[in-house]
Amino acid sequence: MAGPMRIRAASNGTETEVKILMSHDMETGQRKDASGALVPAHHITELTATHNGRVVLAAQFGPAVSKNPYLQFKFAGGAKGDKVNVSWVDNKGDKRTDEVVVA
Amino acid sequence: MKTNSTYAACVVASAFMFATPVLADATAEGIAKYREALAEGNPAELWEMRGEELWKEARGPKKATLEKCDLGQGPGVVKGAFVTLPRHFADTGRVQDLESRLLTCMETLQGIPADEVAKTPFGKGEQKNIEALVAWISAESRGMKFNLPMAHPEEKRMYEIGKRAFNYRGGTHDFGCVTCHGEDGKRIRLQDLPNLTKGPDAARGFGSWPAYRVSSGELWSMQRRLNDCFRQQRFPYPLYGSDVTIALSSYLGVTANGTVESIAPAIKR
Repeated sequence: MAGPMRIRAASNGTETEVKILMSHDMETGQRKDASGALVPAHHITELTATHNGRVVLAAQFGPAVSKNPYLQFKFAGGAKGDKVNVSWVDNKGDKRTDEVVVA
Repeated sequence: MKTNSTYAACVVASAFMFATPVLADATAEGIAKYREALAEGNPAELWEMRGEELWKEARGPKKATLEKCDLGQGPGVVKGAFVTLPRHFADTGRVQDLESRLLTCMETLQGIPADEVAKTPFGKGEQKNIEALVAWISAESRGMKFNLPMAHPEEKRMYEIGKRAFNYRGGTHDFGCVTCHGEDGKRIRLQDLPNLTKGPDAARGFGSWPAYRVSSGELWSMQRRLNDCFRQQRFPYPLYGSDVTIALSSYLGVTANGTVESIAPAIKR
């Protein structure tokens, strides 16, 4: 169900900058709907980024992260043509994985 | 002792006096930086991606794509269409903005009934698809200047009606669009209000919708933005794609002609 991520990865020779835009509701579990009932929490819990299969970033997300989150980070190494793979899992077990080629 | 404290008070007072304008600059700079940081990761891109897919996807009872849809630049031409709308279309015989034109295309090409889509609340069902489509279509004209045609008499008429509607004051609060958007340098709380009666500001205002709203996490089309303007003025809601909304867009768009480049879909508070 989850929409695709928008990932950009650019290398300057020594390090690679990765920018990720995720499509997720990120419900905190604190909000109430029109009838006053709590909207159940629904948010990303874990995010992993790999570069050619090696984990370069592992993160735990919680309800404090905004809707449609944006994440930017750098890692040492990486060259044009390499693959950066990003995947997340949310608290309902929904998953999404997207891959991008380093520019 | 006494002289010392007086001296100290003077220093504090003068420091404060000098500090105030500097502080205001720093605040404006801070807001500009915040906006820049937001624009880096504008989630409107997620809508753009979906919009491009939707354009090429065979949907509706007729199982057709929108690739033959004529947005004024010829069938299927999307680039540059956003900055020339609203305009007059010969096949429907009326001036249409992007969204009402999309309704026409969805009905004629895909067989999706336009009046039902128009009745759907914003952010639900087919309206969600329209959000994605307008995000992508507007993004295809990013960096272009507005260039609305004014050759057809209907286009001139819509511009004039839009101008009157913009300046029309009424309702319980004697409000009009012009109340908030008719002067330079006004703001509501921290939101700068564009003076929509002048070219560059009109381009900055009109040319930034559709936009992603951070506060609600939604993508708002121009129709939705105008709908909310009516609510803020305590006017009854206009019908989706109705002539008054198109007239207002005509007025804003023509005023914006040839000034500042379109940045839509932008990101807003």
